[in-house]
Amino acid sequence: MNAVVLNRRSVLAGSGALIVSFSLRDALAQDQGAPAATPPPPPPPGSLKGAPYLDSWIRIDADGAITVFTGKAEIGQGFRTACQQIAAEELDVPFASLKLVTADTARTANEGYTSGSNSMKDSGTAVQHAAAQVRALLIAEAARRLALPADSLKTDNAAVMAPDGRRLGYGELVAGEMLHVQAQARSTLKDPAAYRVMGQSVPRVDIPAKVSGGAAYVQDMRLPGMLHARVVRPPGYGAELTACDTSAVEKMPGVVKIVRDGNFLAVVAAKEYQAVKAMQALSATAQWRETAKLPKQDNLPEMLTSLPARDEIIFQQSNPSAAAARTIEATYTRPYQAHGSIGPSCAVAQLAGDTMTVWSHTQGVYPDRQGIAEMLRVPPARVRVIHVEGSGCYGHNGADDAACDAALIARALPGVPVRVQWMREQEHAWEPFGPAMVTKMKASLDSNGAIVDWSFDVWSNTHSTRPGGAGSMLAAQHMAQPFAQPAPRPIPQPEGGGDRNAIPIYKFPNAKVVHHFIPEMPLRVSAMRGLGAYHNVFSMESFMDELAMLAGADPVEFRLKHLDDKRGRDAIEKAAREFGWQKGHKAPPDRGYGFAFARYKNLAAYCAIASEVEVNRQTGRPRLVRAVAAVDSGQVVNPDGLINQIEGAIVQSMSWTLYESVGFDDKRITSIDWQTYPILRFDAVPERVDVHVINRPGQPFLGSGETGQGPAAASIANAIADATGKRLRDLPLTRKRIKDAIDA
Amino acid sequence: MMKLNVNGSDRQVDADPDTPLLYVLRNDLELNAAKFGCGLGQCGSCTVIVDGKAVLSCVTPVVLLEGRKVTTLEGLGTIEAPAPIQRAFIEEQAAQCGYCIAGMMMRAQALLQRNSKPTEAEIRAELGLHLCRCGTHMRILRAVHRAAKLMQTADASPAERRTP
Amino acid sequence: MASPRMIGGIVAIAVIAGAVAAAAIAWRPAIAVIEPPAPQSFDSALVKRGRDLADIGNCNDCHTVRGAKDFAGGLGVPTPFGIIYSSNITPDPETGIGRWSEAAFRRAMQSGVDRDGRHLYPTFPYDHFTHVSDEDDRALYAYLMTRRPVHAPARDNQLSFPFNQRLVVAGWKLLFLRPGSYQPDLTKSTEWNRGAYLVEGLAHCGACHTPRNALGAERTRAAFAGGDVDDWHAYAINGQSPAPVPWDADALFMYLRQGWHPDHGVARGPMAQVVRNLSDVPESDVRAIATYIADVFGVPAPDRKRRGDDLLARAASRPAQPPSGGSGNAGGEALYAAACASCHGGERAPPYGGIDLALSSAISGPDARNAANTVLMGIRPREGERGPIMPGFADSMTDQQIAALLTYLRASFSHQPPWTDTAEIVRNARDTPADASKRDRP
Repeated sequence: MNAVVLNRRSVLAGSGALIVSFSLRDALAQDQGAPAATPPPPPPPGSLKGAPYLDSWIRIDADGAITVFTGKAEIGQGFRTACQQIAAEELDVPFASLKLVTADTARTANEGYTSGSNSMKDSGTAVQHAAAQVRALLIAEAARRLALPADSLKTDNAAVMAPDGRRLGYGELVAGEMLHVQAQARSTLKDPAAYRVMGQSVPRVDIPAKVSGGAAYVQDMRLPGMLHARVVRPPGYGAELTACDTSAVEKMPGVVKIVRDGNFLAVVAAKEYQAVKAMQALSATAQWRETAKLPKQDNLPEMLTSLPARDEIIFQQSNPSAAAARTIEATYTRPYQAHGSIGPSCAVAQLAGDTMTVWSHTQGVYPDRQGIAEMLRVPPARVRVIHVEGSGCYGHNGADDAACDAALIARALPGVPVRVQWMREQEHAWEPFGPAMVTKMKASLDSNGAIVDWSFDVWSNTHSTRPGGAGSMLAAQHMAQPFAQPAPRPIPQPEGGGDRNAIPIYKFPNAKVVHHFIPEMPLRVSAMRGLGAYHNVFSMESFMDELAMLAGADPVEFRLKHLDDKRGRDAIEKAAREFGWQKGHKAPPDRGYGFAFARYKNLAAYCAIASEVEVNRQTGRPRLVRAVAAVDSGQVVNPDGLINQIEGAIVQSMSWTLYESVGFDDKRITSIDWQTYPILRFDAVPERVDVHVINRPGQPFLGSGETGQGPAAASIANAIADATGKRLRDLPLTRKRIKDAIDA
Repeated sequence: MMKLNVNGSDRQVDADPDTPLLYVLRNDLELNAAKFGCGLGQCGSCTVIVDGKAVLSCVTPVVLLEGRKVTTLEGLGTIEAPAPIQRAFIEEQAAQCGYCIAGMMMRAQALLQRNSKPTEAEIRAELGLHLCRCGTHMRILRAVHRAAKLMQTADASPAERRTP
Repeated sequence: MASPRMIGGIVAIAVIAGAVAAAAIAWRPAIAVIEPPAPQSFDSALVKRGRDLADIGNCNDCHTVRGAKDFAGGLGVPTPFGIIYSSNITPDPETGIGRWSEAAFRRAMQSGVDRDGRHLYPTFPYDHFTHVSDEDDRALYAYLMTRRPVHAPARDNQLSFPFNQRLVVAGWKLLFLRPGSYQPDLTKSTEWNRGAYLVEGLAHCGACHTPRNALGAERTRAAFAGGDVDDWHAYAINGQSPAPVPWDADALFMYLRQGWHPDHGVARGPMAQVVRNLSDVPESDVRAIATYIADVFGVPAPDRKRRGDDLLARAASRPAQPPSGGSGNAGGEALYAAACASCHGGERAPPYGGIDLALSSAISGPDARNAANTVLMGIRPREGERGPIMPGFADSMTDQQIAALLTYLRASFSHQPPWTDTAEIVRNARDTPADASKRDRP
């Protein structure tokens, strides 16, 4: 794939040569009197760009122990294992011999957030290239010592081997600052045909501990002298603590301290249940002045589209010669939806000396460090944030806030490790939700049944209020001297926030896509798996079916007709074939078939899903019978891990799509536990979910953690429409809504 | 002080009688498997086995457990010598974040102890109290079926014969 | 003077005449089969109306076994006389009512006779359905005939002699069936009459909520004074209501519509399916039912109302201190404090937390059955719907613990005299689980 062969000398010489060549060019340029635009050298791949030193990623000790560092985190998606596979492959070492260190502000590169399905693309790529370049350096050193040409040497099992049988272990080869060199832009990567561990379904390294009671989560941490804290959260947004008689609570068994700072109120106790009871008692005496005025829940779409918005045309294409014959339009809506992490957020913090260490399941240890440091008014270097797994977060949940809570409380108890555990109700009420959204589409068909114009408008809040600053976190907002919430900003294309996947991957002669960015946030919102893509793909792929029906066309054929992306076509054809999709087929009575497709962000993984749904005509109850998916995520690192993610995406998206909406009255969030925010249970789980992986050896990694959410929703919606003859456009597609539609 | 029998051993714990078993297991006995998911008896993450029956430890105060036998996931087997249910979950890779899994496994274990050949419908009904947010349901079901098979074959590990 | 032969002859004639009369009373002609009508032949508005009426009549509850096909029958209903299995009322031509004419259907509803002329057991509450108007029967017929036909042969009833003789049912009807449609009370409002029509007819509330005599018929003079169904007690919903807070029409509407009320509790057991069905029918019908039943409850006496208001005021301040159980029940008190108080006395009021037990009919009711069932089984979550979830304590509490707990709850949260045979009730409840899931529907 690439031509440059590295050896240590050439690396240094190369940079020297580069320097030389730069100055020569400049000299020439000056002589000629015209400034030459010298292109900067291409950056190294992935996250190496921001952390180019190889020893930021790979460390080899003299005894041969190898440690790999990644700035991303294991959040249940299997990244730890996949990353270790990549490193093992490119380094040519046994998988199990590697130690992997994940996101830690003291030890790993700053890779921002583990989000956006970017871990493989950014960190996986960085590790792959760093490992390959380290291997090349080791070979170069061995070549030097053995006085043999580098290309005669092989690596295997953490050693460089010469043809005559001489062998030098990596530990022996490494010396001094050998790996403290900057990565090159290009690497000699292993030929995928020779892969031994990449592309294999290596069992996840974290599962054994999780099924045997090993310490696996931040919730399992027990530090010596650790105390238990509980926060008393306000009843609603903006509530002010007007009075609180702490005297009785202070005397409760085990209570060590009550921390009050403005509207921030917490209690610390020796034992966990003592902290729970103290929290309940404290909450009972706290008096709040509630100030929130929340909108009407059943009027959400109208409310949203009436708020001031910043309109941006994010895509436009025009071909006036295309003639429209028939036009349809439709509006699709999504309510606020919750991450609903199974394990409420938790963090441990300890102020030792002048360093605050926080153990958190945050997706971004560096941004959190920045926010916590700002809140504590200390330099970031005095805060260390270490990622420890929590339960699945599916985006920005309460993790960062819990970390912030823990730091604030730990500051009041210097030297003492403090564990903050959120309650179920707190996680449900205070997590930032996936924003409510409205999409309006209008499209026309020509006389041949092809789409000739397409207009897509999406209204949404920001999909990221992640920390960077203290003002993004609850404790800092609630303190007596609060930090202001930063003004929300849209995430620019090509990633997008509310407009993620708003630009169609299909090719239409005329198309216009407008993003109406709404700054005002009646409810707390931020990133939730897929961001805007969930609703945009749900809308777009439902609407494609509406157009296919208007054209009298088969839904799969209709999509292929408008798609020239080859890999997208492959994914569609694979899913349809594996499902048994036949043009013009009719499902058995009370059942329907649905199809949907998207490429996440139009630049990450491709996912096509065909589904069969049964609808009980009496009750309206929808039941996903089976789903068949095809996914293309480039070079697959761990096929089973990928399949696991897509299965999970389909099942989770099914729950969002059929059941979920955040409940609120005019003052407070009312969906605060599993009674009031029901999600999928086993009685509704489908009979089969089959995921087919299209491997693309040697192709770049494409992020796959979020690619299933939108297509699953649309596929199910299309199947319901097929089963009932009624099109539902307002999420969630509840039993009651389906029943009312059937009755209408 | 009160005496609890956990995983075959008598343990002395210093806990108020109204303390939910979950906190005693996790904090006093430092057992990680049973998890805090809601504390309200709504999600199943805290499930353990008491006298052969699956029980939600977050709503079971320790006062109820005098003279009764408590089994947690740790009591079924270890990584080195896994019980059939643990082997099955590893072999099926039945976890994403894994937080709900220990509770699922204990409920399944209790089911398999009284019904060694459960149907799919019976397994689904049994797990009806349990939530999995990651969507690992298909694998969990496969793992329970697999555990049933493992428990019936000669492969059954010694750990399984130590029936709680 | 009559000779023995003459007397014998007269007796014989009397017996034969009696038998002929009985047969004449008992015998009903078969109604001819028809070709199963095409579903498209029914007007869709009529079908929809029929579906609402079927929901009010709770038809799917008896005529569907959990996990099986809708309306295909097969549910065993225990009676003092044996088990009677519900019939297949799908339009299947062989095993259902596919060949029944509308007249045959109407006759079943109004007189309890099937198409063949056989008497139906009054477990099918035609003593109520007789009040349903012809028009509504037409809509129900249209609805049932447009369901999915299911081939499911009837299960044989398990009745001992003489109850397995349909003739006996004829006798029962003679004594207890008052056929005829509902007659409005012109002194009452339209809404009241609508409610009365539904309650006395399709909704057949009295079938559960009215006590029955030794022959299994409702005691009309004790209408709505409470009854038993499965292993649950259906409370008195007349002036003898044990509810600590008196019911009114608004509370009834909310309860029937959404399945719970913060001042009264959650619909459990067989009532759970009833409120589930009522959540889907037109609101005005539920209001009408609530209006009528509120009148059945009657206006509470002033001191009862005052007691109710006091309880509500006390319940409003949460969290609450667990009341002392008095001497001798430290065990029950400790159990409540440890296992129940955090939800039932904690800061979270319904719908988030448990009801203050001083407001609960189960604790104030005539016996411990409902409370025992709830403590044992809890309240299961319902697919995709917001609703209460309560853990069950069957596997964490022993019978003795539950009995002690119930005794404490009765003493501390009601003004009623102590229950007797609590321990036996708990044992029975555990052994024959009043399995709400049996009635759970997707």
